[in-house]
Amino acid sequence: MRPFLYERATSECAAVQLAASGAPAQFLAGGTTLIDLMKLDVLRPARLIDINGLAAGAAGLIEEREGALRLGALVDMAQAAEHPVVRRKFPVLADALRQAASQQVRNMASLGGNLLQRTRCPYYRDRSWPACNRRKPGSGCGALHGQNRGHAVLGVSDACIATYPGDLAVALVALDAVLEIIGADGARTMGAAELHRLPADTPHVETNLAPGQLIAAIRVPAGPWTRRSLYLKVRDRESYQFALASAAVALDLSDGMVRHARVGLGGVATIPWRATAAEDQLVGRRLDGELARATAEAAFAAARPARHNAFKLGLGKRTLERALLQAAQMEL
Amino acid sequence: MGRPEPRVDGRLKVTGNARYASDFPVANPAHACLVTSAIAKGRIVSFDLDDARAVPGVLDILTHETVGNEVHEPKFFGSGGTASTIHRPLSSAQISHAGQIVAIVVADTYEAAREAAYRVRVTYEEEDAATTLDSDGVETLPATKVRKEHKNPRVGDAAAALRAAPVTIDAVYETPTQHHNAIELYATTCVWSGEQLTVYEPSQFVHALKHAMAEQLGIDAEDVRVISPYVGGAFGSKAAVTPRTALVAIAARRLNRPVKLVATRAQGFTIATYRAETRHRVRLGAQRDGKLTAYVHEGWEATSRLDDYLVGGTETTAHIYDVPNVSTRVNVVRTDRATPGFMRSPPEVPYVFALETALDELAEALDMDPIELRRINDTRNDPITGAPYTSRSLMACYDEASRAFGWRRRNLPPGSMRDGDWLVGWGCATAVYPTFMGAATARVRLARNGATRVEIAAHDLGTGAYTAIAQTAAERLGLPVAAVEVLLGDSALPAAPVAGGSNTTASCCNVVAKACDGIRRRLVRAAMRADRGPLRGRKPSSVNFVDRHIAGEDGAKVSLADAFDMLGAPMIEEYAHWLPHGMEPDALKKLHLGSAALTGGAMEDRIAAAFGAELVELRVNVYTGELRVPRIVGAFAAGRIVNPRTAHSQYVGGMIWGIASALHEQTELDRRVARYVNTDLAEYLIPVNADVPDVQAILVSEEDRLVNPLGIKGLGELANVGTAAALGNALYHATGRRIRKLPLRIEDVL
Repeated sequence: MRPFLYERATSECAAVQLAASGAPAQFLAGGTTLIDLMKLDVLRPARLIDINGLAAGAAGLIEEREGALRLGALVDMAQAAEHPVVRRKFPVLADALRQAASQQVRNMASLGGNLLQRTRCPYYRDRSWPACNRRKPGSGCGALHGQNRGHAVLGVSDACIATYPGDLAVALVALDAVLEIIGADGARTMGAAELHRLPADTPHVETNLAPGQLIAAIRVPAGPWTRRSLYLKVRDRESYQFALASAAVALDLSDGMVRHARVGLGGVATIPWRATAAEDQLVGRRLDGELARATAEAAFAAARPARHNAFKLGLGKRTLERALLQAAQMEL
Repeated sequence: MGRPEPRVDGRLKVTGNARYASDFPVANPAHACLVTSAIAKGRIVSFDLDDARAVPGVLDILTHETVGNEVHEPKFFGSGGTASTIHRPLSSAQISHAGQIVAIVVADTYEAAREAAYRVRVTYEEEDAATTLDSDGVETLPATKVRKEHKNPRVGDAAAALRAAPVTIDAVYETPTQHHNAIELYATTCVWSGEQLTVYEPSQFVHALKHAMAEQLGIDAEDVRVISPYVGGAFGSKAAVTPRTALVAIAARRLNRPVKLVATRAQGFTIATYRAETRHRVRLGAQRDGKLTAYVHEGWEATSRLDDYLVGGTETTAHIYDVPNVSTRVNVVRTDRATPGFMRSPPEVPYVFALETALDELAEALDMDPIELRRINDTRNDPITGAPYTSRSLMACYDEASRAFGWRRRNLPPGSMRDGDWLVGWGCATAVYPTFMGAATARVRLARNGATRVEIAAHDLGTGAYTAIAQTAAERLGLPVAAVEVLLGDSALPAAPVAGGSNTTASCCNVVAKACDGIRRRLVRAAMRADRGPLRGRKPSSVNFVDRHIAGEDGAKVSLADAFDMLGAPMIEEYAHWLPHGMEPDALKKLHLGSAALTGGAMEDRIAAAFGAELVELRVNVYTGELRVPRIVGAFAAGRIVNPRTAHSQYVGGMIWGIASALHEQTELDRRVARYVNTDLAEYLIPVNADVPDVQAILVSEEDRLVNPLGIKGLGELANVGTAAALGNALYHATGRRIRKLPLRIEDVL
């Protein structure tokens, strides 16, 4: 690990002001990604601004206002996963959180930090691999023709096929969540789906956050679909593994007919994936096995597999199919 | 002995007071960090060390340009030496595998060393590397050609028997690369005091490490001491001496300061050994009643260019069923990888997987219950030599495991059992591990007040050796276990064998019992000669040591304290050595020089092995292909069980390892460049608790009067054998799909 300057901010205002002045800085919350990648010499921030103190304010709260959920960015994953409102009214969020990482990691990791979790692509995480466009722009993609069982089939480019590893963000993009962003020049909002950028030919630019901007909170609007929602995660072992494929599904059904549908996919895409093509298939139709299958086909129509991850097409489809049928059967 | 005593070191461990190698406080240590090769084959053109040297606190950077010829060529253990490879670390610009050590940075702090290590820039000239069994550029050689003493077991005319067999199986099986990944990382601390070197390193063989250091550094063995009282998991990885140790010693000598190395998890994948990938072609011939008539097994194993590591598992599989015609052949395939090495049941895990899967395929072809097939081919004798088993309880294991599992309720046809969204399959396989023993020495001291001290340079890898040895001495001397102090893991203690081949309990308990018997003889003699003593004139064989007394059969007894007074001494110290049956007489001399020679398994006049039966339930999700193991039952017989608690723990841990082997563990290779990819514990999968909800181990009683005086068989490497086959067989039973390549994964069943 390289030496860095460590500062502590006790308010959101102080945090963004600190970040706006001096050497480029990164915010430190739970540190479960950042410290890890600093030890691996992949991330080398000159300054860290510790924002854990913000948890004492609104950034540490979970609130329900007029049916919408506001999750402070410094709330830890464990706390959010166990919150009664999250569990009862937004089960897809609780499911996604509960199946992420381990209890120990969930105790440490903040929601805001979790959204910004970096890829687990080994060619990115180990700097001795010569090619990684995400780590070293222009160096190539080690995974494209390398070992790529865990890699993405959606949203890929020739420059990068690294999978976005998180679960929560997949549920958030499905639910049209909005991020409260603050910077030295004030506050704004951003759709959760706008946070991550497709790798295209600039995979090293991962998000649309400007330097020094901080995610302060996550707002999740409630809708008639949020209660009938779930997150299905498929992996080789029962727990503590990133998704091979996952699906976040939220449905508003009326007599078996789909009125509204929200679908997110994880483990198969370079960013938290909103499957709008799947949603279009569903709306106005009766949800049965056949429609679930057709929806899954539509969701993966644009998929581009590599050598070892071709199974993710079939697996991703089945996971979505299964998630849709399970959501349809949920008793509310 | 035979009681489930809690571990004598348990409290130390759970309170963090057991000292592992890197925990030993040394004065003013410098910290080392390794730099490892990014290429698998080629040479180093140049180093740029300026940035690294500029990091504050950096003391020294060793490369081949500074170390050169300092390390003498190690002797490979496969050729009778002690080292994991003949590679001389930092001796030249040549690179022979990815992750080879190319430099060591030493600094005042670990952080500075690691930062500087990242700043070392190496320019390579890279050549194409041959990665694995079927890669271009590998060299395939029969084992008999690379290892003179290798024998391919064979008997009868297997080719003719195959041709004549009404039912045959012919299939190819594959097992992947795996790494031990003990929780304790590869750590080494070296401290020089003048000419004398002390090495703190987790070791499965302190005497070998001591002699290896003497040889590699060109110093006197009596000047080297290796201290390793606790080992945080080893599984074979800490048995052979790896290149790092000599380098840390050299770094410490150059600085005249202790140097401490704790390699990273990722470096652990390349600076030590691993289980290499294997391929097998197995052909079976049988009569329609299930009687095996032919067994042909050819194996291919990956190794390095430098050393021909070889497991040759047909040495086990050829001996376990009653087959009159056997033909086997093993090949090594030289690749541009590091040299593989021992990993828990090295030969058995891959070869038994192949055989036990083939037997399941045969049972299917015969429309026969797979346990019945094994019963029909059970034997009391080695089919190759005709020599008898010292004891064998395979079918008793199957009977007990079947009862506990409810095997009778199994539907025979594949795909016939289902529970909701899950296809259910039940599978079985045999576990087997040859019984090995080694020459051993020990010193036992008994004081008048009963305080006992056992000194033996054995190793407790977390297995329970401290406890088993304490129990042995306690029983022999009629004392509570708490009265016995056991010292292990120090090359200054009497030599004991490598903690490999699951021989420790058999070898060490026998030699400790022998030393205790020496003490008993002296006390009994004194008690029998004493005037007016209650045991005066008894026969030595008529008394026993019970409850701090020497007791006669009629209740007459002498307290230990009185016996000591009769002897006229405050304490007795006895040194003993023990040679197992079949061991060469010069084995003791070799032991003192660090030889890992063991005897056992299939010998000329007898065959010794522990057996088990493993029955598993595997569930396959019909939608997602997820594979889960809701339960596993294993029944095992391994002679006399010194401690049922630690034995149970070994069996349960072994079966979990077996589940990992079947469903999770695989070191993935980037085949273009012969490099490992998933080098951390997030991506190298092992089961979590939720994957092993119900693991049941049954200890089947077995008495063996022949194998060694105490009747003990090793069991640490028994329970992880066969599990993968049982699971693959269960997968077939659940789905009708036969997967012949491990690990079994979602993509295989979708």
